[in-house]
Amino acid sequence: MRTFDLPAPATTEGLDLINRRPLVGGKRKFAWITEHFSQIVERKAPFWWWVAVLITGLIASLVPLTLAYQVSTGVGVWGLNNPVFWAWDITNFVFWIGIGHAGTLISAILFLTRQKWRTAVNRSAEAMTIFAVICAGIFPAFHVGRVWFAWWLFPIPNANVIWQNFKSPLLWDVFAVSTYFTVSLIFWYIGLVPDLATIRDRATSKIKKFLYGLFALGWRGSNRQWSHYEKAYLILAGISTPLVLSVHSVVSFDFATSVIPGWHTTIFPPYFVAGAIFGGFAMVLTLLIPCRWIFNLKDVVTDKHIDNMCKIVLLTGTIVGYAYLMELFIAIYSGNPFEQWVFLRNRVADPFIFGPLMNVPPAPYWWAYWAMMISNVIAPQFFWFKKIRKNLLLVLIIVMFPNVGMWYERFVIIATSIHRDFVTSSWGYFSPTWVDIGLFVGTIGLFTFLFLLFIKFLPMVTMFEVKAVMAEADPHYDPKKKTKKTGDPLVDNNPQLSGGAH
Amino acid sequence: MPNIFPRWTNWLPLKVALIIAILGFLVVNGVTYYFTPKYTRVGYMPGQPVSFDHSLHAEQLGLDCRYCHTGVEKASHSNVPTVQTCMACHLHVQKQSAKLAPVRAAWESGEPIRWVRIHQAPDYVYFNHAAHVNRGISCQSCHGQVNHMTVVWHHEPQSMGWCLECHRRPENFIRDVNEVYNLNYTISTEEQRILGRKLVEEWGVQPPQNCAGCHR
Repeated sequence: MRTFDLPAPATTEGLDLINRRPLVGGKRKFAWITEHFSQIVERKAPFWWWVAVLITGLIASLVPLTLAYQVSTGVGVWGLNNPVFWAWDITNFVFWIGIGHAGTLISAILFLTRQKWRTAVNRSAEAMTIFAVICAGIFPAFHVGRVWFAWWLFPIPNANVIWQNFKSPLLWDVFAVSTYFTVSLIFWYIGLVPDLATIRDRATSKIKKFLYGLFALGWRGSNRQWSHYEKAYLILAGISTPLVLSVHSVVSFDFATSVIPGWHTTIFPPYFVAGAIFGGFAMVLTLLIPCRWIFNLKDVVTDKHIDNMCKIVLLTGTIVGYAYLMELFIAIYSGNPFEQWVFLRNRVADPFIFGPLMNVPPAPYWWAYWAMMISNVIAPQFFWFKKIRKNLLLVLIIVMFPNVGMWYERFVIIATSIHRDFVTSSWGYFSPTWVDIGLFVGTIGLFTFLFLLFIKFLPMVTMFEVKAVMAEADPHYDPKKKTKKTGDPLVDNNPQLSGGAH
Repeated sequence: MPNIFPRWTNWLPLKVALIIAILGFLVVNGVTYYFTPKYTRVGYMPGQPVSFDHSLHAEQLGLDCRYCHTGVEKASHSNVPTVQTCMACHLHVQKQSAKLAPVRAAWESGEPIRWVRIHQAPDYVYFNHAAHVNRGISCQSCHGQVNHMTVVWHHEPQSMGWCLECHRRPENFIRDVNEVYNLNYTISTEEQRILGRKLVEEWGVQPPQNCAGCHR
């Protein structure tokens, strides 16, 4: 039994802690939530949106163009050659897959752990996940060379009686990523249904009624439907939760199960997962802060939300930094000359400080390694300071570092480990061609393009879930009743918001 | 609020799903049956410029396969005989036969007979005849009982799955090297099982199953 009548604290000390700030600020009501987020979808798209869609659409068209050129000419149009057979393709794949992890963490793990602040950001973070996985999938599918045979990756009985090698982590990857995409998509869609019904009910044109009605699956908001919905959502959250950890662990197996120095590392699975959540939250902040400015979301995506996410970036960034240093330490401590070579001579040795200190020539990829270290280890440390976490412009600038740094991390792991093989005759250097660059830039365009479509055509915040964490949702809520605690009826009457029993 | 969709649409998703399932079933089975070598290759029996009768030569007269296809034991390619091979006999036998007119014409002009090719492995498949016939895989296993064919036809699918059937279980097909060119050879399943295992073990037969085994 929950007791709602807790005695008031004897002293005012610690009151701030108990009387938590409401998750939705500005004393907003249910009606405002519905109006505000439905109108973004219903109103005519603003001019800037058309400009942005046009530009990102044009950039996104690089994806089909470069792929058409690549497929018709051959996979050799990428800069890959002996000894670097994985470079930008797999780097981009791991980069995009990693981005998606924040969405799943917010939607699944924070749901199961009852972190109510997730409601304001989960919809857009999940959308980001799906778009990122779409971008990611392009690279492994096309790097096989003959993309029309990509279905051989799946265990489908075929006339050639080919069967997959289940010992290969590359095959595990196929299952991990396809499961991840399917579950994320279903999870996102199920969570959309009640809001789609809201938009449907408000729609004025016939075509909108039809389309939103079609995807709302006949949602009426009955008790029975809500009961089914809650169960389905909980089950999907349960299925998604292990995926947050498993997908990037499996991606790391692509490297960790090999025998290449620099890849063959047992620390990889947790290191990759932390990195993925780190990069993912950086991307969530990158997308949400401009949205917050443009669509006036500050009452829903409050400073507290940004603050929480900055702290996650700080935590995961520090874990990643620990992993980098531990990897380096183990390479030195193990005494394995090949590991030492990869870490010291291929990565760390810059021409200014460490190279001269170790008395070795500069590593060919020293710039990539140090770009990674500065972006991923040093930049997030600024989030220790509350003042910086409160300054959205600074937050936006700082999270740009992990956005770039996490790409560099994957490039450093992949390219620097293989560009110098065991024999010096097999030493090389990877330089991207215009097709490599065009395809990667194209996926950035595609990602942004899809996100712009999302914010225009779907409610970007889960309206019904945000309402559930508002004071008005509490059965004991009485707007007329004022108490002496804080003078805010929204807070004082809600035991959940005012720190009452849970 | 009025209904957006009429009542009959309630069952529409199920109906659509059912139609897709039926279509999917038909397409998958149709492609598997009509688009694979079992259907597209088996039974291919083109007319040849010379009505050469294998059943007459190989069965009634008892010519060994290797009398004409001389390279089969030594090379990866099993050659079709030249006109010289034909004329070695036909300078003396059936000298006036009308059926042999194109052969005699080729003999005189030096222009080879343009036989129509029946068995054609794709360019990306490296098949070695010698490696197979010298390790107990009979002509019959891949070409059928040519000694009973008046006009040769494509007897086996020769698809990759069909190749792998033997590469995965060679003991079901391997036979004594002396029986490789005996196209009338029969053996009971039980005997084949015992003999097959013995030969595979004695010869250390390990047919490649990796891609590079055939797709070099």
